[in-house]
Parts: sequence; C-alpha cells; structure tokens
Amino acid sequence: MTEIPEHLLKRAQAAREKAAGESASADAGPSDSRIPDHLLERSKAARGGDAGGAVAVADKASAVVASTPSAGVPVGAGPGGHTQRLLTVVKSGSIQESKAAPVDKVHTWPHLLAVEFVASLALTAFIFVFSWVVNAPLMHAADFNKTPNPSKAPWYFLGLQELLTMFHPMIAGVTLPGVGVLALMMAPYVDRNPSNKPEDRKFMTSMMTMFLMFWAVLVIIGSFFRGPGFNFTFPWRDGIFFEL
Amino acid sequence: MAKVLDNPRPTAKERAAKIGGQVTGSQIWNSIFRPGSIFRKGYTDSPRNRSYVIMNSVLYHLHPVKVKRHAVKVSYTLCLGGLSFFIFILLTVTGIFLMFFYRPTGANAWQDIQTLQTSVTFGLLVRNMHRWGAHLMVLSVFLHMARVFYHGAYKAPREFNWVIGCVLLLLTLLLSFTGYLLPWDQLALWAVTVGTNMMGYTPVFGSQVRFVLLGGVEIGSETLLRWYVLHVIMLPFVIIIFMAIHFWRVRKDGGISGPL
Repeated sequence: MTEIPEHLLKRAQAAREKAAGESASADAGPSDSRIPDHLLERSKAARGGDAGGAVAVADKASAVVASTPSAGVPVGAGPGGHTQRLLTVVKSGSIQESKAAPVDKVHTWPHLLAVEFVASLALTAFIFVFSWVVNAPLMHAADFNKTPNPSKAPWYFLGLQELLTMFHPMIAGVTLPGVGVLALMMAPYVDRNPSNKPEDRKFMTSMMTMFLMFWAVLVIIGSFFRGPGFNFTFPWRDGIFFEL
Repeated sequence: MAKVLDNPRPTAKERAAKIGGQVTGSQIWNSIFRPGSIFRKGYTDSPRNRSYVIMNSVLYHLHPVKVKRHAVKVSYTLCLGGLSFFIFILLTVTGIFLMFFYRPTGANAWQDIQTLQTSVTFGLLVRNMHRWGAHLMVLSVFLHMARVFYHGAYKAPREFNWVIGCVLLLLTLLLSFTGYLLPWDQLALWAVTVGTNMMGYTPVFGSQVRFVLLGGVEIGSETLLRWYVLHVIMLPFVIIIFMAIHFWRVRKDGGISGPL
C-alpha cells in the first residue's frame, strides 16, 4: 500500500548498483565477509583472553593507548592509527528490508472523478431521453373482480413464477430462491482458492455462469414465452404478454 | 487637476476585485470553506491541490486521495457500482417529487398518478424516469454483482463486503417490488398478488408472513399504505445503512480489488 516516491527508488537503485560493483571487486579476496581482516583478527584476539571478554578488552584498550605514540597519530588511536573501534557489524538486509511493494497510484482528482462525472452524466442523459420517448405503463385502475390473463410478477421474479409451473409452491417460491441466495452469500467462504486470475478459477467461473444463465433463461421464458393461462407461447406467433 | 490624476477613480474591474477580496477575506467566507479549500486561494494544478479537492469535499471524500492506477480503468469496473449508487440518488430525487402528488389510499392512488401524468408540469417525465431508473438499478446492481464475482473480488479480505452486497441486492429487489404496487393499476395489483401468494408458502408461518406484508388477508388499502411506508422510508433507510457499510468496507479492505 505504501507508495515509495520515484526519486527515492532511483537513489536506492543507484546505491545498490554501487554496492554491487564494490563487492564484485572485493570478492577477489579470500573471504566473502565484508568485515576487514584486521578487525576480525583484533576481535578474535580480544575474545582469546581467558580472563573474560570485558576485562580482556579493557586490558587491550589500555595497552593500545599506552603503546602507540607514533608520529602524526592522535593519542588514543589504535594500531594502524584507527581512532574508532568496531563494536558490531549489522548487515544491511536485516534493517533495511522494505516489506511493502510500491503500488502504482494516481490522484482521485482528476483521474477517477472525471470518469465518474462523465459516466453519471451519460446515464442521466440516457434515462432522460428514454423517459421522454417511452412512457411508463399505467393500466386501468386496480379492480379485484377482473383478473388479467396472464397475471405476471415483475420481471425479476418471473424466474420464480416459471419455477412455480414445475414445482410445489413451497419449493419454487421459498426453498429454491432461499438456497440460491444462501449459496451466493456463502460463495467467498466456500471458494477456498485464493487466486483471482481467470485461468485459475475455471470451476467457479463456470459454476457462476451456469447459475446466472439458469435464472436468466427462466426469466426470459417467463417474460416472453408465457401467454394466457401462463401457457407456453412463441412471441413471434402470439405476441408478447409482458409489461415492465 | 493634479489631485485627480494622483487619485483616479477606481474602474469597475478594480472595484469588483476589491469587493471580491473583501468577501473571500471575510470571516463568514473562511468559516464556510476549510483551510486548503480551492475557494480560499484558487486552484492551480499541483499534487497538494489535487489532494485538497478530495479532502475538503464531504461527497468526494468517499474516495481516498489516491487510487490504484488500474482502478480508474473503465474496462475493469464498468462503473457499475458507482452508477448503481448514482441511480439510487436519482430515484430518491424523482421519488421525492412524486411524493408531493400521491396519496397511498385505494380511493386516490390511481387517480393521483393519472393527474400527475396529465396535469402536473413534467409529472409524466419524472414518473417515467423513476420507473425506468428503478428497472435500470435492478439491472446495474445485478451486473455489478456478476462483475465482482468474475473478478474474484469477493475473496479475502472482502468476503464480508460480498455478503453486504448480497443484502443490498435483495433490498434493491424489495424496493423495486414495493414500488411496483403503488400506481394501483391492474398491472400493479396482480403482479403483487402473484408475488405475495408465493410468500404465503413460507414454511411454518407462511400465512402470518403474508398477513403482515398485506396488512390483512387480501391486498387492499392497508397493503397500499404499508408498502408505501416500506418503499419511501423504511427500505431506503435500511439500504442507506447497508450502503454506508458497503462503501466503508471497500476502503477498509484495501480499495478496489485487482489487478487480475
């Protein structure tokens, strides 16, 4: 999620290349450790004393201080003129590891808001023009004594009404849609496959397609292929018995 | 004469600029627009100002300041979720307009719609927009669900948001279905008769469910009032709560899914 600025990425890349070049030249030496040999020797010598690390180091330090008044070197410097002592070496990988991969992001304004604005404008225009041209149905006032033939539910329930012709109402009207909705809600808990790549999900994709097609076909049959008495008809032969 | 030249009368442009400065510098103006608002110091295109546009708008800050580059591709989302929300707003606006001219009683409902269509300025147009918008919302919510499924966007950590989405789909269907009865014409009455007969077959307490929904044993004026209240207040109230959770979880779960 973290976004690493480009200039820092470039700088890190440059540093990595430089380090790679240096280690390539240093690799000619016998050891591939980055700690200089004389420092390793010194720490070995310090550890070598039987009297225990701290005392040995203290002794060594005082010895060093006592024994090095050579020309041009400040008092207190170690062998070879070093004024510092290596305490420990922390390899770079252990403290600089960045766990978050950089994510390619853009500003919401204008990149997303412009798209949303155009989409909503286009949709409004579509609904507006469509509503101008096509009127919503308004039939005769409700009359309990006149049952229209056929009587159809709204289109999104016509799949269920179609099922009613095949099964007992409890199965068609309650059990099957209930199971369908439950299966839909359970999908993320049933589908254990973590990938979202289409090529890894052929099974779930085909299951969902069958599920959607099942309802789509039922709705289309219920909408266009059912006439008076909810009997099967062909729309091109008997006309369409369908209102939105 | 020299005095006039030293102090020429300010031109209209200068006066307008002065008044503009007084207005935008006033306490009232500055209390309305938050620090960093583009209405305080204008807009020049910079990363900081692009962020301020989002942060200083109650509507836009549904969005994060930055989104993944692939998420703004129309070919990924087809805008379906956002458009569903937009249609909901459109339906709310047109629906409020319709409420001014409608009485949910068996004696008045159909006549009110008839009057709305024939005697109210833009009444027919607004009713058409409400009707077609409702069908379009069912369609777009359904397509949004299919899109999310085919992108595998319901997987961890977004499982629960998928469940919320399923609830939103059901609520959308219920909103559409309750609105279907309100014109109180033959189409509405018998479509709802067919629909509610099915609910009567709910196991164990089928007849009770049907009685509660119809406000009686048969569809009548009580049903109309009941479904009107459901349609204009209760279901919108519930769906807004679920939408809020849905949008909030989209961001909490790491923004839009993908890329594939």
